[in-house]
Amino acid sequence: MKFTSILTGAALALGLAGAAMAQDKTKVGFVYVGPVGDGGWTYEHNQGRLAVEKEFGDAVETVFQENVPEGADAERVLTQMALSGADLIFTTSFGYMDPTVNVAAKFPNVKFEHATGYKRADNVSTYSARFYEGRAIQGHIAGKMTKSNVIGYIASFPIPEVIRGINSAYIHAKKVNPDVEFKIIWAYTWFDPAKEADAAKALIEQGADVILQHTDSTAPQAAAEQAGNVITFGQASDMGEYAPMPRVSSIIDNWAPYYLARTKAVMDGTWTSVDTWDGIGAGMVGIGEISDAVPADVKAEALAMKDAIAAGTYHPFTGPLKKQDGSDWLAEGEVADDGTLAGMGFYVEGIVGDIPQ
Amino acid sequence: MLRLEKRPTPSRFWAAMTPVLAVLATMIAGGILFAILGKNPFEAIRIIFWDPLFHEQFAAYSRPQLLVKAGPLILIAIGLSLGFRAGIWNIGAEGQYIMGAICGAGAGLALYPSESFLIFPLMILAGALGGWAWAMIPAILKTRFGTNEILVSLMLVYVAENILASVSSGLLRNPEGRGFPGSRNLQQWDASANTEIIAGTGMHWGVAAGFIAVIFAYVLLNKHILGFQIRLTGESPRAARFAGVNPTRLILICLGLSGALAGLAGMFEVTGPAGQISIDFGSGYGFTAIIVAFLGRLHPVGILLAGLLMALTYIGGELAQLMLGLPSAAIQLFQGMLLFFLLAMDVLSNFRIRFGKTEVA
Repeated sequence: MKFTSILTGAALALGLAGAAMAQDKTKVGFVYVGPVGDGGWTYEHNQGRLAVEKEFGDAVETVFQENVPEGADAERVLTQMALSGADLIFTTSFGYMDPTVNVAAKFPNVKFEHATGYKRADNVSTYSARFYEGRAIQGHIAGKMTKSNVIGYIASFPIPEVIRGINSAYIHAKKVNPDVEFKIIWAYTWFDPAKEADAAKALIEQGADVILQHTDSTAPQAAAEQAGNVITFGQASDMGEYAPMPRVSSIIDNWAPYYLARTKAVMDGTWTSVDTWDGIGAGMVGIGEISDAVPADVKAEALAMKDAIAAGTYHPFTGPLKKQDGSDWLAEGEVADDGTLAGMGFYVEGIVGDIPQ
Repeated sequence: MLRLEKRPTPSRFWAAMTPVLAVLATMIAGGILFAILGKNPFEAIRIIFWDPLFHEQFAAYSRPQLLVKAGPLILIAIGLSLGFRAGIWNIGAEGQYIMGAICGAGAGLALYPSESFLIFPLMILAGALGGWAWAMIPAILKTRFGTNEILVSLMLVYVAENILASVSSGLLRNPEGRGFPGSRNLQQWDASANTEIIAGTGMHWGVAAGFIAVIFAYVLLNKHILGFQIRLTGESPRAARFAGVNPTRLILICLGLSGALAGLAGMFEVTGPAGQISIDFGSGYGFTAIIVAFLGRLHPVGILLAGLLMALTYIGGELAQLMLGLPSAAIQLFQGMLLFFLLAMDVLSNFRIRFGKTEVA
């Protein structure tokens, strides 16, 4: 007998207990990669959880676990959550993909929602946001505002989502400022204030006067504030406490509407496995207020771009675009398809450096 | 007045008692912490120490998980304790653990998708070799050039982490993974899967190796001349010299053994619970094992118990987060207290407490 069959047995036995409990309250679990107080990624997911509690009140019970390492530990945390009678579990980081799929196979009656991944099953949905739409607006503002023409980028892991963001920001910075140059540091973390601060300082020392980040803490904002005359953008959360300088705008993840809809679906028994990828138009990606540090004309252009993206009249990846190696990617007027974007593993032409291999 | 008087030799009684006292003190201080956080301290302590073993809903799952979590800790800590006893400080087990996993996984994946039964033994060998080779770097640098093995082994952890990041997104990346970093899942490939030896117990090959290592270390330290030399070197390096102990040989053996065991632990982890090489594969077992080694008083049986206790606080801590909504930082603080109190209580085994006036020297 294999490990899985034992667990299935345990799951079945306990599933009965879980079902009995579920009759009065729908239990929704959240697994977080960082602490809820990170002020970025996990903070926004937790805001979504609080919105679920607020909306449904006594009809739901939510539980969460923070700082869960991506890997073997995640599988145990998920199993325990499912054993405790959760009906719906949101796993909110890419690295939870295999653990989510594995645990979901053992608990067919529990619904799972995995953020930013690509593996689905009958009881596993995936969801993500088109952050690259926000990156386009960031790139535009950054390209207009840089004086040194050096833009620093704190990247987390070399996965398509991050590469997409770099490309989108670069394309739009380059469009308004042909002399712009990107310096990219791979931090290999989603949340590590000390590492992020070091990366920001290193970039500032190399002449960057704009810092973009794909990591979740406010440490780069603090480093920029200290350096002075360096602008930043809030990541995942508004990070408004650093406005109007250094934080001039932000990309805000707004998970609440999605979490409400999915929780409702479980309560109504209408939940099915789906793949959701929403952007500015659907409200999953928000652009934080553009501060007064940004000149009025730049702000107006940025807002116009935001409206065009929301309306679907402009796509951030519109040709002509070439790949870094000079080969053609998109022809004039051609728009990138979702499949290519989802698995993006290349830089666009003009970015210096290699994606870590 | 309270006064400390150094004992001529450390007390055996207190050496055995301090871990117990440390656990009790941790429970008390932790209980106060949980109370301040507005949780029922008795309930929290019960969830951490009792529920993983006996809770009707979770225990069936969490009891085997205890072994899964303790296995690598014990395996690594046993290796470390041999060196620590001789005063050879391998702080870089985390790096050796990672390299063992990479080499083990690499050896297997090179032969994918063969179904030969020889693959798993080959991977075990490669894993041990990987960890051994990584530990040989500080060992040779120390014996040849007199470098400090603490610094070198620790720094090599960060090198190993970068190699891990590199192979996850390059050399060992799953060709069917759509460009995402991470290797093929070794657990889902029968030839490489580190399965449970007895289903439902959590007893996978790595845990078995951990138990074997405990017995091996016990025999080595008590019955073998090498064990005698290790103990002698730790207790009195000068006497060891006179007794003809070759320090170079001892350094190579101790670092090599601890590296090989850490490498094995990494290999068993990547083929079992973790399943794949990924950027964040290293989850700190190599560092936690240092705590386990000291918590177990560098004694094989002590380490076995300490590894299980440490695993219990991890799993119980997760349950406490889930059931009481305790923040994870509070759990980490709780685990930190354990080591803190252990070190603080050590004073009892090395010193005698006297009541009375301070004597003027």
